Amino acid sequence: MLAPESMPRPLGLLAELTHRCPLGCPYCSNPLTLDKRSDELDTETWARVFCEAAGLGVLQVHLSGGEPAARRDLEQIVKAARDAQLYANLITSAVGVTAERMRALADAGLDHVQISIQDSEQKSADHIAGYEGASQRKRALAAEAVKLGLPLTINMVVHRANIERVEPMVELALNLGATRVEIAHVQYYGWAMKNRAALMPTREQVERAVKEVEMLRQKHRGRIVIDAVVPDYYARFPKPCVGGWGRRSLNVTPAGRVLPCHAAEVIPGLEFWNVREHSLEDIWRNAPAFNAFRGDDWMQEPCKSCAMKEKDFGGCRCQAFLIVGDARAADPVCHLSPHHARVEELAQMRDETAYAYRG
Amino acid sequence: MSEQPKAAVSPTACPRLPRGVRLVHNEAQGGWLLLAPERVFKADAISAEILKRCTGETTVDAMVDDLAKSFNAPRDRIFADVTILIGGLADKKLLEL
Repeated sequence: MLAPESMPRPLGLLAELTHRCPLGCPYCSNPLTLDKRSDELDTETWARVFCEAAGLGVLQVHLSGGEPAARRDLEQIVKAARDAQLYANLITSAVGVTAERMRALADAGLDHVQISIQDSEQKSADHIAGYEGASQRKRALAAEAVKLGLPLTINMVVHRANIERVEPMVELALNLGATRVEIAHVQYYGWAMKNRAALMPTREQVERAVKEVEMLRQKHRGRIVIDAVVPDYYARFPKPCVGGWGRRSLNVTPAGRVLPCHAAEVIPGLEFWNVREHSLEDIWRNAPAFNAFRGDDWMQEPCKSCAMKEKDFGGCRCQAFLIVGDARAADPVCHLSPHHARVEELAQMRDETAYAYRG
Repeated sequence: MSEQPKAAVSPTACPRLPRGVRLVHNEAQGGWLLLAPERVFKADAISAEILKRCTGETTVDAMVDDLAKSFNAPRDRIFADVTILIGGLADKKLLEL
C-alpha cells in the first residue's frame, strides 16, 4: 500500500461508452463477452465520472468503445467532458457518423478526433473491417473533420495482411489532412487472441516495418507526427504497459466497472469496483484491483531485483497471465523471463484460414 | 539534447497554438502542461512563459524583447532559446507559425 502523499495521479481516462460497433475487426481487443446496451451508464453518470476524474488530476478523456457514436447522447457526453475542463478526444470507426453529427460534435467542444483505417487498399480495408464500404465512409468523415478544423489522427492497426503498406498508409493520412498517424501493431488481448495466428506478421516483415517508420519519420518531420505501438511478440524488452499499473490512467467500461487497463478483466481473482457504487477517487485509491500490482511488492524474479523495473514495471500483467498463467510473473516478452521461448514459439504459429469475426 | 528543428522560425512570425493543443495549469499534476492529441507534455517555467505568449498576435521578435526584459537576460540567448523551442514544437505540430 502506498501512503496517500505518494499516491500517483492519473492523467488519462479511457471512457468506453458502449461495446456496440458496426465493424468486426479481427484484432478487436475488447473482451469476448461484451457489456449489453441495457447495462450502459447514462449521460448523467458519465458527467459525474468526468467531474470526479478532473478532481483526481485527469487531463484527457478518450471517448471510445465499441463505436462511441452508437450512443445518441455522444454530443452531450462531449460537452460534459469539456464542462469538466477535460480534453475531449473521440476514437471512432467513423462508420455511422454523418457530416452533420461531426459538426455537432465539433460544436460541443471536441478537441481531437482519431479515425481508424484498416488498410490503404480499400478492398482489403473493408475485408478486415468486415464491412463493405467502410473505407470510403472513413475517408469521407476524415475529410469532413479536417474541414471543420478538428485535428485528426489516423490510426492504422498493423498485422500480416497490411504490414507491407505502412508507407502508403502514411501517405493516405497526409492526403486526408491528418497531423498525426498511429502505426499500431496488434496487441493480442480479447478477441484478437482468437485470431493471433491469422494476424501475426513474420519477423522479417516486422523488422522492415520498424525501419520504414523510422525513415518516414525523418522524411515527414514537421508535416505529420508518426507514433508507433511496438510489435511486442518480437521484442526483447516488455512495454511499460499503461505506464505502470494504477499510475497514469484508468478505464471505465460501458457498464461502469473501473479497470487499471483495458484488458484487466481477463486476470482472475481481481475485484473491480463500479462507478455506480463508488466515487472514482475511492476506486483509484482503494479498489483491490488498482492496488493489486501497484509499486513492486507483488513482483517476482527476474523483475524484483532488475534495474529496469522502474521503467517497464515488469511489462504487461495481462500478457503474463495469458501466456505464463501467472499475472505476477515477468511479462514473457522480456528476454530475461524463463518463459520467453514460449513467446517466440507463438510468434511462429501461422493460420492461413479466414479470420474469426464476432458473431 | 533536442536536435535542430526543421521548421524555420522567422522573427516576424506570430506563433499560435493550433486547435487541439491547449496550455493548462493544473495543481494536481504539478504546474503547466501542454495538452495535445493523445499526448501531454509538462512545460517547465521558461517554456510556459514562451507558450503563454504564443497567441497568434505577438511576433517572435516582440516575444523575445518582452522575455529579455522580464527576465533581465541577454537578448541573443533568449532568441536562441525561443526559436529552438518554437521550431521544435512546430515540428511536432504543437504550434503553428
